[in-house]
Amino acid sequence: MKIDNSLPLEYSTGQNQINILGFWIFIGAEIMLFGTLFAAYFTLVDRTGNGPTGADIFEIAPLLIETFVLLTSSFTIGLAIHAMRLGKQKAMMTFFGITLLLGLVFLSVEIFEFNHFYHVGAGLQTSAFTAILLTTLGTHGAHVTFGLFWGLSIVLQVRKRGLTPETANKSFIFSLYWHFLDVVWIFIFSFIYLKGLM
Amino acid sequence: MDYFDRFAVPHPSPAIYVSMVAIGLTVIAIIAGLTYFKKWGYLWREWLTTVDHKRIGIMYLISALLMLFRGGADAIMMRAQLAVPENTLLDAQHYNEIFTTHGIVMIIFMAMPFIMAFMNFVVPLQIGARDVAFPRLNALSFWLFFMGAMLLNISFVVGGSPDAGWTSYFPLAGNEFSESVGTNYYMLALQIAGLGTLMTGINFITTILKMRAPGMTLMKMPMFTWSALVTNAIIVFAFPVLTVALLMGTMDRLFATNFFTTANGGMDMLWANFFWVWGHPEVYILILPAFGIYSEIISTFSRRNLYGYKSMVGSMVIISLLSFLVWTHHFFTMGQGALTNSIFSITTMAIAVPTGVKIFNWLFTLWKGKIVITTPMLYSLLFIPIFTIGGVTGVMLGMSAADYQYHNTMFLVAHFHMVIIPGVVFAMLAALHYYWPKMFGFKLNEKIGKVGAWVISMSTLLAFMPMFFSGLDGQARRMYTYSESTGFGFLNMLSFIGAIGFAIGFCLIVYNIYYSTRYASRDISSDPWDARSLEWATHSPVPEYNFAITPQVNSAEAFWDAKKHGHELFTGEYEKIHMPNNSGVPFIMGCIFFAWGFSFIFGMWIPVIISTIGIFACMALRSFEKDHGRYISVNEIKKTETSRGA
Ligand code: HEM
Ligand SMILES: [Cu+2]
Repeated sequence: MKIDNSLPLEYSTGQNQINILGFWIFIGAEIMLFGTLFAAYFTLVDRTGNGPTGADIFEIAPLLIETFVLLTSSFTIGLAIHAMRLGKQKAMMTFFGITLLLGLVFLSVEIFEFNHFYHVGAGLQTSAFTAILLTTLGTHGAHVTFGLFWGLSIVLQVRKRGLTPETANKSFIFSLYWHFLDVVWIFIFSFIYLKGLM
Repeated sequence: MDYFDRFAVPHPSPAIYVSMVAIGLTVIAIIAGLTYFKKWGYLWREWLTTVDHKRIGIMYLISALLMLFRGGADAIMMRAQLAVPENTLLDAQHYNEIFTTHGIVMIIFMAMPFIMAFMNFVVPLQIGARDVAFPRLNALSFWLFFMGAMLLNISFVVGGSPDAGWTSYFPLAGNEFSESVGTNYYMLALQIAGLGTLMTGINFITTILKMRAPGMTLMKMPMFTWSALVTNAIIVFAFPVLTVALLMGTMDRLFATNFFTTANGGMDMLWANFFWVWGHPEVYILILPAFGIYSEIISTFSRRNLYGYKSMVGSMVIISLLSFLVWTHHFFTMGQGALTNSIFSITTMAIAVPTGVKIFNWLFTLWKGKIVITTPMLYSLLFIPIFTIGGVTGVMLGMSAADYQYHNTMFLVAHFHMVIIPGVVFAMLAALHYYWPKMFGFKLNEKIGKVGAWVISMSTLLAFMPMFFSGLDGQARRMYTYSESTGFGFLNMLSFIGAIGFAIGFCLIVYNIYYSTRYASRDISSDPWDARSLEWATHSPVPEYNFAITPQVNSAEAFWDAKKHGHELFTGEYEKIHMPNNSGVPFIMGCIFFAWGFSFIFGMWIPVIISTIGIFACMALRSFEKDHGRYISVNEIKKTETSRGA
């Protein structure tokens, strides 16, 4: 393995650079995935059948908590990567941990919110609108859930193996993933919730 | 026993019971054979756990040929049923199931792996790389495709085949009108195979962008590699659409949601739109690599460099963009109004322009070339006129007003077979003959090969030209019979004879493989066709590390320059080579995906949960594992190279 020390650790081997490019292309595919979900959402948003509309069921409080928590976690994962580049493993791990905790909070609030939807009569089977709403949110939520486990496994690896080109690469790629989920959430926040609340 | 009732076939027939027995016997025979010849270890070590792009390519190739057989059997049954009016060989239900599985198998499980086979085998060689960017992911892609294919293929003996057409339009494909688990098979099998394809897309774009030999700029890549790059870009952007559509379809069927139903706000046309937003790019995913193959073959056997390299690349890029802008032409008649139809008519016809550019480039390559007629070249030469018939009728279909007459008739069926068969199938058969010596170290017999090419191409014409006429006369597609008075009998009989001819052609190819394996000379050069690109610069069969020394490239035809103009491809000393380790995880993950899909199809939630956990466990295993690959030492390289006569 050739290590190029003029580059940040996560870019320092050929395989590392390949991994990062591959992941960017994967994000391209993810954009199409969420793009399709949004297209479906916009198509079905007014097709509420006998069920409620967005304005009937959206709640401000959980929405603000989710948004605040997730945006902050995007910031902290940025700090984690910054610390990693400075070689400060401990600080990195702390920020990584905070990120995952915030992710967990986000997820808990989302579960609470789903529960609320269900209780106000917006179940998966109620109408085309509720189905696409829950599917879009659920797909994002499933990504966050996956991210939590993934992030946890990276934290464990960094703890055991230290900051190597490999673990640094994984952490960096994880941060891309996490920022991406944040971007998706911004779209969900603006085009699903805000537009729905108006 | 009630539990097992769900696995019963809803519309049994003696033929299905016979197939069950046949499948059972084949499985037993395979297991017994492997045990008797003590081949389990070999199978596991050399194939099931391999991450070598060449072996994965060969496995794709074998799967594609098997699926061609399965899809072909479906085709023969359909044509036999329609050969005479009011035939009763098949009833309506069975006919529905057969045209559905025929379409799915041919597009997703025959044409796709055929393309994947050559992409896998050829692209890393053409760019002078050791393997793809993510060899393990590549193995996983293969196993996901394979398990998806197996899942769909068992449907007709376990629980019932899908029967709503390969397009699976809702509401027909919803629970109300498709009660059996058949359409669940469709949703899950395509989902699993589609995930594999998506990963291939990511893998190959990365490979092509990052792993080219020194000196090979983008505009010096061989044309097949270019076509692979563009194709994989289409895959990455088109397949997620299918993923979402299938997810929504699955939820409609298994969780009673209302995406595509006609109640509670559901919208059936949304499926049709999503399906074709993926589906039209999909046909270009099939055709572009085929174009790439033709470019390689035509320039090799005209002994000339490809005419209009830049316009070839440009037209592929334009096709890839346009392919996302034409999907509505598949349902002009389903009510979106004149303005929309007109716009999509124009984009559709526009696609014929870059396609035409490519055809003329091939013709100009042939012009004044020293043409050598070999089997691959014969397929390529037959492709040009037959494909043009398909393309021109495509433009006819693209005129929305006229499409009201053609839509859902045999005219449409004739169109897409006349593009897909000469376009994709001929290309893949040409590639089979062309790359066979590189894969296995001996050539397929040219005489049998050429007879096969003629039989197959003439049968294609015989089978599909009559459909243009019966279609214009009003014979609808997907109808299991027609009355005597329609007068369609004669034309359909011709089609039947053509289909039989095609089957004979297929048998000739299989026979050729058998014959050449036994009798062909093993003493051939590593460059038997006097070809032009890097894959011919290494030994046949290719050593596992592909190239002992990484080649230096200075033109789009590096190997040709090396042969004719004294360019040095391999400079420098042997160095130890880093290779990835084999791994059983992709195969095991594939098996778990199979179990996951199967239990999902039948709504057996506990196994679904267990296998979901299994899938994630495999991923975790991969994440924690320390696998840095292994090195092939200089001594070993020297030994291999001398034994190959370098
Ligand atoms: C010159 C380029 C082409 C044009 C203008 C064109 C146009 C069309 C149109 C308008 C239809 C829909 C007709 C209808 O449903 O009434 C159609 C169907 C189809 N085309 Fe093409 N096409 C072209 C090339 C191709 C190629 C290269 C392929 C495949 C390799 C292909 C595969 C198909 C398939 C599979 C269908 C039918 C799908 C179905 O309904 O089951 N076409 N084409
Ligand atoms: Cu199309």
